[in-house]
Amino acid sequence: MPEAPARKARSPLAPPVSFLWTRRLVLTFLATFALLPVYVMVSSSLKPLEDVTGKFQWIPTEITIRPYIDIWDTVPLAHYFMNSLMVAGAATVLSVTIAVFSAYAVSRYRFRGKRIFTVTVLSTQMFPGILFLLPLFLIFVNIGNSTGVALYGSRGGLILTYLTFSLPFSIWMLIGYFDSIPRDLDEAAKVDGCGPLGALFRVVVPAAIPGIVAVSVYAFMTAWGEVLFASVMTNDETRTLAVGLQGYATQNDVYWNQIMAASLVVSVPVVAGFLLLQRYLVAGLTAGAVK
Amino acid sequence: MTSTVTPPVRTSGGGKDQGDGGARRRRLLPRIPDRIRHGGLPYLLLLPAVLLELLVHLVPMVIGMVMSFRELTQFYINNWDRAPWRGFDNYRIAVDIDAPLGEALLHSFYVTCLFTVLVVGLSWLFGMAAAIMLQENFRGRGLLRAVFLTPYALPVYAAVITWAFMFQRDNGMINHVLHDQLGLTDEPSFWLIGDNSFVALVVVALWKSWPFAFLMLMAGLQNIPRELYEAASIDGAGIWQQIRKITLPSLRPVNQVLVLVLFLWTFNDFNTPYVLFGDSAPEAADLISIHIYQSSFVTWNFGTGSAMSVLLLLFLLLVTAVYLVATSRGRKGSDA
Repeated sequence: MPEAPARKARSPLAPPVSFLWTRRLVLTFLATFALLPVYVMVSSSLKPLEDVTGKFQWIPTEITIRPYIDIWDTVPLAHYFMNSLMVAGAATVLSVTIAVFSAYAVSRYRFRGKRIFTVTVLSTQMFPGILFLLPLFLIFVNIGNSTGVALYGSRGGLILTYLTFSLPFSIWMLIGYFDSIPRDLDEAAKVDGCGPLGALFRVVVPAAIPGIVAVSVYAFMTAWGEVLFASVMTNDETRTLAVGLQGYATQNDVYWNQIMAASLVVSVPVVAGFLLLQRYLVAGLTAGAVK
Repeated sequence: MTSTVTPPVRTSGGGKDQGDGGARRRRLLPRIPDRIRHGGLPYLLLLPAVLLELLVHLVPMVIGMVMSFRELTQFYINNWDRAPWRGFDNYRIAVDIDAPLGEALLHSFYVTCLFTVLVVGLSWLFGMAAAIMLQENFRGRGLLRAVFLTPYALPVYAAVITWAFMFQRDNGMINHVLHDQLGLTDEPSFWLIGDNSFVALVVVALWKSWPFAFLMLMAGLQNIPRELYEAASIDGAGIWQQIRKITLPSLRPVNQVLVLVLFLWTFNDFNTPYVLFGDSAPEAADLISIHIYQSSFVTWNFGTGSAMSVLLLLFLLLVTAVYLVATSRGRKGSDA
C-alpha cells in the first residue's frame, strides 16, 4: 500500500484549512454515527435490569457484570454459539475450498462454457434470498418426507443453504485474485514437474493467501450474521445465535441488558477477526471485486 | 468491466490472451503432465461448484418458477407436486392492484424503491466522504478506518437489535435525546410503529451499509496513481478540483460495481427489517422481502409468494440489464 511515499510526496502542498475543518467535522459525525450503537450496547450491558427498563442513561449509575453471568442461563446461549460456530465454520470451509478449485479453472484455463459458468455464478449473487428460501424449504421438507433424511431443521441443511451466498461471492473474488498472480509462477512450477494441482497448491494458493483469507472472513461473517434462513430452517436443537437471541424477550420483560451483553459476546469474535484482517480484505477487494 | 488494476505480467502467451484458444492450448499442452488431459481438467475442477450451484441455486429456481403456477397452501406443503395448477392466477392475484393483496404489494414496492434510493444514495455519499478524507495519512487514520468498518463487521442481528433498543419509546436512547435532552418533540415518539418506522429503517440500513461503500471506495482510491495528484497540484489545482477532476473519474469502474451491488443488497434486504420489526413490518416500512416472507410463511400461501418472488426477480434483472447497458455505454463515450 503506497501510504508512506504518499505522505512524503504531498506534504509540501498541504491541504487547505477549509479542507481540514471539513474533514474534522465530517469524520467526527461519521465516527459518532458508527459507534453510537456500540456505546449503547456496551453501556447497557453493564446496567441492572431496572435501569434498562427505565429512562435511558448515558452513564450507568450502577455498573454490574450480572448480565454477562445471566445470559448463559436465560437462554442456552452456549448451545446456540456452538451451532453458529459449526454452521458458519463448515459453510466457510466448504465454500472457500470449492471456490479455490473453480476460480483456478476459470483463471488459468480456456474451455467451453467458461463464460456461461461465470455469468451464472455472478448473476445468482443478485437474486433475493427469499427466492431460494421458499423452494429450498419445500425441497428439504419433501426430501425428509420421502427419504427420511432430515435436512429441514438440521445443521447440514443450513450449511447447504448458506452456500447460496458465500459460494458465488468466493468464486467471484478469487477469480480476480488469481488473475492478479503472474501466470509464469505456476507455469514455472509445471515446468519443474508439478502437476496442475501441484501448481495450484504449491504456488497459486500460497500466493493468494491474502485473497483466500479475505474471502473466508467474508463467508464466515455472512453465515454468522444470517437471519432469514436461520429463522426458517432451524428447530430448537439447531437454532443459531441469530434466532436464539430473541429468547431474551419474555412475556413480562425484555431483558435488554442481557440482550446487549449477549450481542456483545457474539460480536466480539467476528469484529476482532475482521478488524485484524481488514487489510487483507481491502487488498482482496482491490484485486477481486474492484475491476 | 475494465480493469483499474495494472494487468498482471504474463510472459508466456500474455499477448495471445485475446486470441483464439487453440494457440494457447497448443502451448500449454506439453507442459501439463500426460494423464490428465487439459480438455477435461477444468471441468473436473469446476465439478463441485457446478453440482452445488445446481443444488442450491438452479434447481430451487426452477422449482420456484413451477411453484408460482400452483395453488400451494399449507395443505400441499408435504407433497407439493399434488398441488393443483392455477396457471397465471397467482400472478394475477399478485398484480391486481384493485384487490387488497395486489394493492399491498404495489405499496411495498413503492416503499422498497424509496428506501433503496435513500439508502444507496446516502451510503455512497457517506462512504465517499470517508474514503476521500482518509486518503491522506494523518494521526488516527488507522483507528478511524477501524471505527468506520465496525458496523460492517457486527453481526446484523446484534447490531439491529441494539438499534431496536435505541428506538424504544420509553427507555430508548433516541427519544431520550430528542425529547428529554433537546426538547424537540412534545412527547416521546413511537419509532417502530407508524410512519416514523420508515425513518428508523432507513437510518439503521444506512448505518449498516455505508461502511461497505467506504471499504470498496477506499480500495478503489488505492489504485489511483499519486503522480496524478502531484501533477495536478503543481498545475495549481486545489483539493476540491482534484477530487472532481481526478478522484471521481478514476473511481468510475468501482462506482459502477458498487452502486449495483448496493442496489441489489438494499432492495433485497430482509435482515434489517426482520430484526427491527419482526415478521410483520409496519405499513410505512413494509419492504418487499418481508412482504413476500409474510405472504408465504405467515399466511401460508407459497404459490402467491413464489409468484411475487419471480416478479421481483424479473424486475431486478431488468433494472440490472438497463443499468449495465447505460453505464458501459456512457463509459465508452467518455473514454473515447
